[in-house]
Amino acid sequence: MSSLLSEDVLSHIGKQSEPRREIVTRRDIRKYAVATDNRQAKYLEGDVAPPLFHLHLFWEVVPLDELSPDGVSIDSLLPKFPLEKAMAGGLDITYHKPIKPGDWLTATRTLTDIYEKAGRSGPLIFYEVLMEVRDDDNKMVVTEKTTRILR
Amino acid sequence: MSTAPTIGMAIPERQHYCNEVQQMLYNASLWNGHRIHFDMPYATEVEGYPGLVVAGPLMGDWLHQVVDEWLGDAGIITGIEYSNRIAAYVGDTVTAGGTITAYDESTGQVTLEVFVKNERDEILTPGVVTARLTLAS
Repeated sequence: MSSLLSEDVLSHIGKQSEPRREIVTRRDIRKYAVATDNRQAKYLEGDVAPPLFHLHLFWEVVPLDELSPDGVSIDSLLPKFPLEKAMAGGLDITYHKPIKPGDWLTATRTLTDIYEKAGRSGPLIFYEVLMEVRDDDNKMVVTEKTTRILR
Repeated sequence: MSTAPTIGMAIPERQHYCNEVQQMLYNASLWNGHRIHFDMPYATEVEGYPGLVVAGPLMGDWLHQVVDEWLGDAGIITGIEYSNRIAAYVGDTVTAGGTITAYDESTGQVTLEVFVKNERDEILTPGVVTARLTLAS
């Protein structure tokens, strides 16, 4: 049915990244709060992390010579897609538990779906990545589903 | 939160002026080196944007903040769905806001339709936030 997506590309569905474990520090929370124009004391003082802080904690720290010329890090979870121009994407996040300084958190990312749709000006490729963030007791802290569109 | 939630009620809006220093600090805090956010010749001449692009997840953060400020200590955000539809550029002033679309007094669950819009009233980042009131009166 699919004209663009080869079996090789589709075979990446289900691929999972190496779990990444990071510690939450008060300083990181404060930097994130200031940089996002936050004005609530509990975040600016780093007592608790604002929602979406997990983006800061788990954005991949890539060596400079591994960034592409436009400064983007290449996501090793993804296959080489036949379309490459990224369009708007969406996020669907559930917050299970607040994040505090001293927490050790582990994130796992899974490529959960790749599919094709007809767009107004040609075919579009969609892919979905699920990120699950757990604490050291294996309790879920954040789940985030990202959908990205390529044209 | 000064009054109990009612369906259709708009929460107080918040404006954000998108300036270079904040964009730099935000992208550095993520480790986001994408040139469209700080390299003007690249953003305009290579990618064809009218200016430096405001990072998409930053507008996602502002969707959270406008609800979180309204909640104060009376509740907590439990989830969000949003998408970045139109870009904002350094120099823009954008406005975040929202409207309550559902409220269950027995569970304290509240749902809001939220947005970030630009000065031309275009919705850049629409979304839906769910929250739980912990100090429901």
